[in-house]
Amino acid sequence: MIVEFRLNGEDVNARVVGPTSLLDVLRDELGLFGSKSACAQGECGSCSVVLDGEVVCSCLVMAADAEGSEVTTVEGLSTDGLNPIQEAMLRSGAVQCGFCTPGIVVAATELFRVNPSPTRIEIKEALAGNICRCTGYGAIIRALESLSGGEQ
Amino acid sequence: MTTPTRTRPTVTSGIGDSPLRPDGVPKLKGEFQYAQDLWSEGMLWGATTRSPHARARIVSIDIGPALATGGVHAVLTADDVPGPGMFGLEHPDQPVLASDEINYWGEPVAIVAAEDPDTARRAAAAVVVEYEALPPLTDPEEADRADSVFRRLQIRSGDQEVTGEVVVEGYYEVGTQDQAPLGTEAGLAVPDGSGGVDLYATSQFVHADQSQVVEALGLRPEQVRSHPTGVGGAFGAREDVNLHIHLVMLALHTGQPVKMVYQRSESFTGHVHRHPARMWYRHHATRDGKLVRVEAKILLDGGAYASTTSAVLANACYFAVGPYRVDSVLVEGIGVKTNNPPCGAMRGFGAVQSNFGYESQMDRLAAELGMDPLELRRRNALATGDRNPTTQQVIQTPLPVAECIDSLAAIPLPDGDDPILPGGSGLTTDRSHIVRGVGYSVGIKNLGFSEGSDDYAEARVRLTDEGAVVETAAIEVGQGLVTVLAQMARTALGISKAIVRHVDTSRIGSAGSTSASRQTQISGGAVMEASRRLRERILAHHGGDELDDLGVHRAGELIAPMSELIREGWEETYTFRHPPTTPPDDDGHGDIHADFAIAAHRAVVDVDPELGLVRVVRVDTAQDVGRVLNPVSVQGQIEGGIMQGVGLAVMEELVIQDGVIRNPNFTDYLLPTILDAPDVEMLLIEQGSWWGPFGAKGVGEPPTISSTAAVAAAIRNAIGRDLNRVPVRPEDIAL
Ligand code: FES
Ligand code: FES
Repeated sequence: MIVEFRLNGEDVNARVVGPTSLLDVLRDELGLFGSKSACAQGECGSCSVVLDGEVVCSCLVMAADAEGSEVTTVEGLSTDGLNPIQEAMLRSGAVQCGFCTPGIVVAATELFRVNPSPTRIEIKEALAGNICRCTGYGAIIRALESLSGGEQ
Repeated sequence: MTTPTRTRPTVTSGIGDSPLRPDGVPKLKGEFQYAQDLWSEGMLWGATTRSPHARARIVSIDIGPALATGGVHAVLTADDVPGPGMFGLEHPDQPVLASDEINYWGEPVAIVAAEDPDTARRAAAAVVVEYEALPPLTDPEEADRADSVFRRLQIRSGDQEVTGEVVVEGYYEVGTQDQAPLGTEAGLAVPDGSGGVDLYATSQFVHADQSQVVEALGLRPEQVRSHPTGVGGAFGAREDVNLHIHLVMLALHTGQPVKMVYQRSESFTGHVHRHPARMWYRHHATRDGKLVRVEAKILLDGGAYASTTSAVLANACYFAVGPYRVDSVLVEGIGVKTNNPPCGAMRGFGAVQSNFGYESQMDRLAAELGMDPLELRRRNALATGDRNPTTQQVIQTPLPVAECIDSLAAIPLPDGDDPILPGGSGLTTDRSHIVRGVGYSVGIKNLGFSEGSDDYAEARVRLTDEGAVVETAAIEVGQGLVTVLAQMARTALGISKAIVRHVDTSRIGSAGSTSASRQTQISGGAVMEASRRLRERILAHHGGDELDDLGVHRAGELIAPMSELIREGWEETYTFRHPPTTPPDDDGHGDIHADFAIAAHRAVVDVDPELGLVRVVRVDTAQDVGRVLNPVSVQGQIEGGIMQGVGLAVMEELVIQDGVIRNPNFTDYLLPTILDAPDVEMLLIEQGSWWGPFGAKGVGEPPTISSTAAVAAAIRNAIGRDLNRVPVRPEDIAL
């Protein structure tokens, strides 16, 4: 079947055979490799995308269910440079191997869109579904705390 | 602008700075190419048929049904392996594909190439293998009795008859931890059309991959080029080959590029794990807390194949006493061969296991003596110029054991409640039930390869219009090597523009493995020395006295601009070796290690004793880092290392029954989340290494070594009971 949806602001359609996840369609059909597959079970958040305003694990979403939806992946969160979340993560050393990074960028960008000055505990709760094996999370928390409170 | 009075060039982003990592932007934008993301026109997908038995005899293999599946291009078994068909990091004892016997659950039996991943997986499942299941050997003590061993090692120092006024004994266990790097095993092999292959696959050591592929398949070395590629974490899991040889076989057989990506469950069987350990200890001391004798027996289960078991066992034994002085030592180490999953390298490499043993013993001894646990450690602290009590090697590098202990003790303890309760978001705990505990551990580990191995790294530095280009095959796994090697080149050359470029195995000599906390010191040593020599040659050639971004100067005047130097095509290749080490003698003595590092940890935990839940509130640390070359990277290594140590202390364990991994997925193998992350305060002790470039010591492993034991000690302190096993499970607390 052909599934049509809006991806990072553009209309796309993808051929879907059988019970394929949105993640597999993004990567293998549409060639967007930013979303990562680390568990395919909804446990690690490395495949996180925004689906109709909600952060979801794209490994758990059936591609067919994205029909008519608005999907934003990490590729849709910045244009030429970095968005402020990415910039803060870069400066704080929140990226090591980087495999968790796209999912964390997606979850954190969505957090700040909804809540521009989250507390430390709100930051932790928003990222509780994103596993990072490298950083121990300290630099990620420092990066996002430095943004909390908005512009200053 | 140049100023005539200047005596040193000013370099930006040299050592001591934290320049932004060059791969940071693509990683943040989702543009960085990992092995999982490789793509080649017309490529096929590989998949592996694996044994469902831990031990069996293969009666027959029928590839017919798999081959008949539409879209399948190849189904290969042991019969199709050219050459000797064996591989192994230390010695080749592992078949590329099992031919008649199965020795562990998940052992590869056949490989498939097909037009899409789904078809490849279905075809792999369609290979019909008839097995005769045999009873697996899975009890390491039984393996020891049956003499099924990879290595036995005995260390004897001092008078074997002495006893102490106070004696404490203990038995300890460490469960099997998995590295669980977020990126699974993945790779792409591309045939070059003239009998050769370019291999791009997850790795920590491309030259060892290349030589194992070549030797296993009986190829000529020039037929296989192994290319560094994007790696999503490693922690030891990428040191051995897994899919590499299979990919090359499939690519050579089909003449097409072949890609393979392990899914998470396959990844858990596709790489080696941290060795589970059983340890028996007896410590003797005087009444005033001076260690008199330490006896230890350390049993590591190496699983079915050798991998690095003999080196991991050696490490566990050489550091069986810890960073303490004692004259009389007896250590018996056994690395057994069983039908459990193969074990090998993981961050800390044997030193983690014995740290849990000796530090648990130090606490037990302190309690017996009625002494403060830190005071006991301070009284016995090893220092530069002492002999390591096991190997009798005189320690030449600065070894700030006492300084780490004192610095750690000076970090204030937190007061007040932690906002996160044990059990996290479940919120089942009642705050009034929580008890707090504090525990300590101090660890020691070697840096670089040991026991007489020729440990070296080659690097090349070239001047091009991109600036100074460092060429290396040293693998970046996330730790920041690409940043720090460029920093060293900048400082040693005096040129601000420098980048690191990875090149394949045909274009540069080996950098050795990204393991043993060694690349900053050893590839770093090569980069520093190549840069220094290049600078001297350029200055001598032009008769200058200074080199910087503008070019060569003499007495403050620019005499050869950079554009001229670039045209001249300068380059320098250097192979760095650390001071030589020796194999052990019959008593386990010798100059076994090149360098050492120390870390001390203090954990603060909140425990709900009724529910058995633990929240690790803080882990503070003082670490011997030699010299901080990049503050942000050092902090990241320490925080990340501590988190993995906390994981081993309270949640991470592969459950293996009858040789079968029962929890090969992220739902059942628990990894720490951001809600589990403790706050960390760190003090960095900078006394310089005795040979590391710019005084650097490796910093990646020490944070993992003693953080586990510190957390376990804190839980004991909270509940007032003995715990002799990590990870500490809820049922160990809430009896
Ligand atoms: S890959 Fe989707 S949550 Fe892990
Ligand atoms: S940076 Fe490696 S998993 Fe987060």
